[in-house]
Formats: sequence, structure tokens, C-alpha cells
Amino acid sequence: MADVLVLVLAELDGGTPTRPALELLTLAARVGTPVAVVLDEVDQDAAEVLAAHGAARVLSVVDPAFEAYLVAPRSEALDQVAAAVRPSLVLLPSTPEGKEVAGRLAVRIGAGLVTDAVDLDADATTTQSVLAGGWTVRARGRRDVLVATMKPNSVAPAPVEAPAAVTVEPFAVTISDAARGARITARDPRVASGRPSLTEAPVVVSGGRGTGGDFAKVEALADALGGAVGASRAAVDAGWYPHAYQVGQTGTTVSPQLYVAAGISGAIQHRAGMQTSKAVVAVNSDPEAPIFALADLGVVGDLQTVLDEVVQGLQDRSA
Amino acid sequence: MKIVVCVKHVPDASGERGFGDDLTLDRDVDGLLSELDEYAVEQALRVAESADVDAEVVALTIGPDDAAAAIKRSLQMGATSGIHVVDDALHGTDAIGTSTVLAAAVRKAGADLVVCGMSSTDGAMGVVPAMLAERLGWPAATYAGRLDVADGHATVVREDDTARLTVEVDLPAVVSVTDQSGEARYPSMKGILAAKKKPVLEWGLDDLGLGSDDVGLDAAWTGVVGAEPRPAKGAGRVVTDADGSGSAAVLEFLAAGRYV
Ligand SMILES: Cc1cc2nc3c(=O)[nH]c(=O)nc-3n(C[C@H](O)[C@H](O)[C@H](O)COP(=O)(O)OP(=O)(O)OC[C@H]3O[C@@H](n4cnc5c(N)ncnc54)[C@H](O)[C@@H]3O)c2cc1C
Ligand SMILES: Nc1ncnc2c1ncn2[C@@H]1O[C@H](COP(=O)(O)O)[C@@H](O)[C@H]1O
Repeated sequence: MADVLVLVLAELDGGTPTRPALELLTLAARVGTPVAVVLDEVDQDAAEVLAAHGAARVLSVVDPAFEAYLVAPRSEALDQVAAAVRPSLVLLPSTPEGKEVAGRLAVRIGAGLVTDAVDLDADATTTQSVLAGGWTVRARGRRDVLVATMKPNSVAPAPVEAPAAVTVEPFAVTISDAARGARITARDPRVASGRPSLTEAPVVVSGGRGTGGDFAKVEALADALGGAVGASRAAVDAGWYPHAYQVGQTGTTVSPQLYVAAGISGAIQHRAGMQTSKAVVAVNSDPEAPIFALADLGVVGDLQTVLDEVVQGLQDRSA
Repeated sequence: MKIVVCVKHVPDASGERGFGDDLTLDRDVDGLLSELDEYAVEQALRVAESADVDAEVVALTIGPDDAAAAIKRSLQMGATSGIHVVDDALHGTDAIGTSTVLAAAVRKAGADLVVCGMSSTDGAMGVVPAMLAERLGWPAATYAGRLDVADGHATVVREDDTARLTVEVDLPAVVSVTDQSGEARYPSMKGILAAKKKPVLEWGLDDLGLGSDDVGLDAAWTGVVGAEPRPAKGAGRVVTDADGSGSAAVLEFLAAGRYV
């Protein structure tokens, strides 16, 4: 078999490869030889982490346009990298921006496009969970190149046995004026919650309208489990929790090891964002709540009491 | 000023949704204007209403005969006119093909601003607006939680994972708006009556200078090779809380699953 090259858009956080970046490399290695491209400076330590997860090469593209303009410069840069590397497959993270970069790239290079894949086979067949998690679809590219975005937590990042010795290869790109159309004029960083990020956390504890606006117990359980806090749209619309924490169709999609839904009915739009969680625990006072249909453990009861006792129980255990 | 708003007719999420024998989404079911595109219509109308020049809002959809309902709803909400791109050869068109057709229709219609929803509620890719902009060569300000248009440019506020961004584009441009952008209005009785008299154009692929090489199932750049309903999850254990039995069950579950 000819050498199949897989271009992976690897993102860094504070200079270190993110977990989704390592997941993409692990998936890429199933299909061919991963080439990591980072749209940022990369130090040798970070390059070695990428290599340890399968990257045969690490390309670094640096251009101020990536921070100054939305989306388009990134896809233009990847287009130029793809023209040099000639990959059969390009993998990106399934974030809103990752998907937009992927879509534009697919248009530019005439590639097939799959978004929100949860699995990838050695022959580059993708698996997606669609229609609010109700259906599983498998798809294949029909062009020379396939561009696919992969959801976080699709695979556990795996170190490879014999990492390549890599040195960071700077890659120069030219960003056109056309790609400088959407100017970022202000950037207000969100106040850090001190908790793991919603998409990467192994445990997510979410509160809904049933909290009545009091998220203290939800936060306490999240902290006891080292997890992130999520919220339903009803809770966000009520102003109880910021939109950045909304789980669901128009919020964030999560697939943690454990999802705890407290005071959430389980509307289809909410399920769309958490249905691929490995395990679900629901606490709801209404025994008829639809969330119970997908819960591994359901507790019919008052969430404030139940969560409080669970947090107490965990504290007693560790004491 | 001419504002084109892209609206999609989608299967009702509260009904049975599934795939046909050719592995395309079954569109032979009750459908409606995608709820997320109602926000796009709302923002298009607000921009038109606050513009200091004459402004019209054109609702554009690509889809089978039934998709006319998406235009009708947009007209009832207040859009000026509609364009329905309908052609048998469009069956099975993927997102890439959809962006090709939308781009051709926008060029033919002419527009200063294109407003899209953040994502369709069936395909839910959230990529068509970016691809449309790429094809038109226009700037795109997407996932707007807030949209303001004035003096030939649009300003949007977009939330990403780590920050709130303010983004500015010069018109003509493509924007997409989220469900945070502002409640969509209900059609009034007056709006419903007025909609009956509003013009709707029907365009086929010929009218757009496109052929079946560009769109449709056979021209799709990706192909679905399998579609299966997710097996119903066996109902888990349900405990009715009494005197701490609920929390005891949770603690046991957490310990058994090694979450602690
Ligand atoms: C286009 C579109 C997109 C949407 N996107 C999203 C999305 O991204 N995310 C999302 O979440 N929703 C989304 N929604 C909204 C969704 O349809 C529901 O309205 C929403 O999820 C309801 O939130 P909830 O479960 O918190 O509230 P409710 O449905 O009101 O449920 C509250 C639950 O709390 C229980 N409860 C009350 N008191 C207690 C108590 N003391 N202890 C325990 N339980 C209690 C009640 O029994 C009830 O089941 C979307 C809707 C549309 C149309
Ligand atoms: N068939 C269509 N007709 C008109 N607009 C569409 C169509 N498909 C997608 N769009 C627009 O593109 C947005 C994003 O769609 P998607 O990328 O499919 O999630 C939608 O909210 C619509 O505004």
C-alpha cells in the first residue's frame, strides 16, 4: 500500500498539545502516517509529545492573521500545507471553528467533508451519531482527499511504541487579502472557572430548571468528582448559568465517562449534546421525565437533597 | 439594501426521523422551518427595520416541494419575497453541493447581506454559511450571538471556547446567527394574510447555470455507506429516593464505575 499521509490540525493550550490533538493523532495513525500541523509556535517539548502520539513530522505555521481574523486565514494556511504534504485525509477537531475551517478547506481543495465523527476506521470510513443521537451513520469520501472533524473523546490518546525523532519544521504561508475579511476587533477572555473544560472533562454534572437557580450543589458534586459543570438551555435562558456551559444542540456537545443530569427533563435538543456519554445518572423528581430512558441509574427525588447527600458521602469516604 | 436569509425546511424533531433506502434523510415526513433559521429571519427583519435605507428581505430555500412551507413561514414573519430552488436533480445533495447552489442563487438574486442560521436541525453541520462565504469570496461573521448592521458593515459578537469575540465585516458579507441572538417573532394575523400576496420565485438548476454534475446524490463528495437506528438503551436502574436510598445508590454507582 502506498504511504497514506494524514494531516492533523493539532492545537496547543499554553504551548502544550491539547487532549483532542493527541486523540486526532491516535486516530490518524490507524489510517496512515500522521503529519501534525500547528498554527502557532511549537517548542521541542510539545513536538516530542506530538511525536510520542504518532506524528512523523511536526509543521509550525506562524502568522499574525490567525489571531486577527476569523477562520479564513486558517483554512487558507491548511490549503497551502495540504498542497505541499498531499494528504489523503485531513483531521480537525469538531469545534465550531474547526468545522468552519474544515468546510472552507474542503471547498478549496475539492475534498469530501464529514463533520462530528465519533470513530474512524483504517480505510478512513467515518462513524457519526446523527439526528440527536438517534441514528449511527457511516460515511466515506468520494474524492482524492477527505476532510473530517472528530468529536473530542472519540478515542483514548495512545502513545506509540517507536516515536519518530522530530524537529519542528517552520512552514511559510501567504495569507490573501480576501481571507482578511472578518476582523477580530475585541477579544474578552472568559473568566476561568478553575474546573476542567466541558468538552474534555471525564465527568460532567449538569443542572436544569429543576435547580430553581441554585447551582451550589451541582458545583459541589462536580468538584467532588473532578468534573465540569454544565447547564440546560432552560437554566441558561433563565440567566442562572452562562451560555458557555450550555449542553445540547445549540450549546456544547459532551461525551464524558459520566454525565450527571440534575433537574433536567431530557428534551431531544438536550440529549443531542450528551447522548454519547459513556454512563448517565439522572436525578429528577418526576418519574416520567424522558431523561430516565437513557440513564444507567435514575433517582426519582429532590436533587438538592440527593446531591447534598452524595457530596457528603464522598467527603466521608475520603476523610 | 437587499438581505437574503437562507432558510431550511427540516423533518420535525419531535416526529419519527430516519433514512430512506438510498441512505438519504427521509424527507417524506412532517416538516417545518428549522427553528434555528427562525432566528436568522428575525435578525434579517430587524436589520431591515432599523436600516435608514429601503430594505427588503428575501427568504431563500433549497429543497423539495414541501420546502415551500419554510418560505411561507418566513413571509408570514415579515420577509418581502421568497426564492425556492427546487429540482428533482437536487435529491441527495450534500452540504458542499448545497453551498454551490446557495452561492449561485445568491449571485443571481443579488444581495448586500446573507443571513443564515447557526446550523440546520437535521444535518446539524454548521458549515454551510462558511462554505457559502468561501464560494462567494465574501467575508463571513458566523455564530453571532449579537448582530448589528450599520454604515456598510456588520458587527457581531461571537462566543468561543475561551473568549467573547467582536468581529467586523464589510458588506457584502455572510453572517450566521445563534439562538442567543434574540427571540424570533410569531407571525401576526396581519402577517399571515399579507404573506398570501407576496411573490415567490421558483428556480431550477437550469436557471442557476448548474447541472446534475454539480449536485445531487451521485455528485456528492462524500457518500453514506450505512445508517442504523441507535439500539434502544436497556432501561437502567431507577431508585425512588426515600431516607437516603437515592444517594446511597449514586454512591454505589460511582464506586462501582471507579468515578471516585
Ligand atoms: C432549536 C432548539 C435548540 C435547543 N437547544 C438546546 C440545547 O442546546 N440545550 C438544552 O438543554 N436545551 C435546548 N433546547 C431546549 C429544550 O427543548 C428544552 O426546553 C430544555 O432542554 C429544557 O431544560 P430543562 O430540562 O432544564 O427544563 P424542563 O424541561 O423544565 O425540566 C426541568 C426538570 O426538572 C425537574 N425538577 C423540578 N424540580 C426538581 C427538583 N427539586 N429536584 C429534581 N428535579 C426537579 C422536573 O421534573 C423537570 O423534569 C433547544 C430547543 C430548540 C427548539
Ligand atoms: N437547503 C438549504 N436551504 C437554505 N438554506 C440552507 C440549506 N441548508 C443549510 N442552509 C443554511 O445554512 C445554515 C447551516 O446549515 P448546516 O451547515 O447544514 O448546519 C442553515 O441554518 C441555513 O441558514
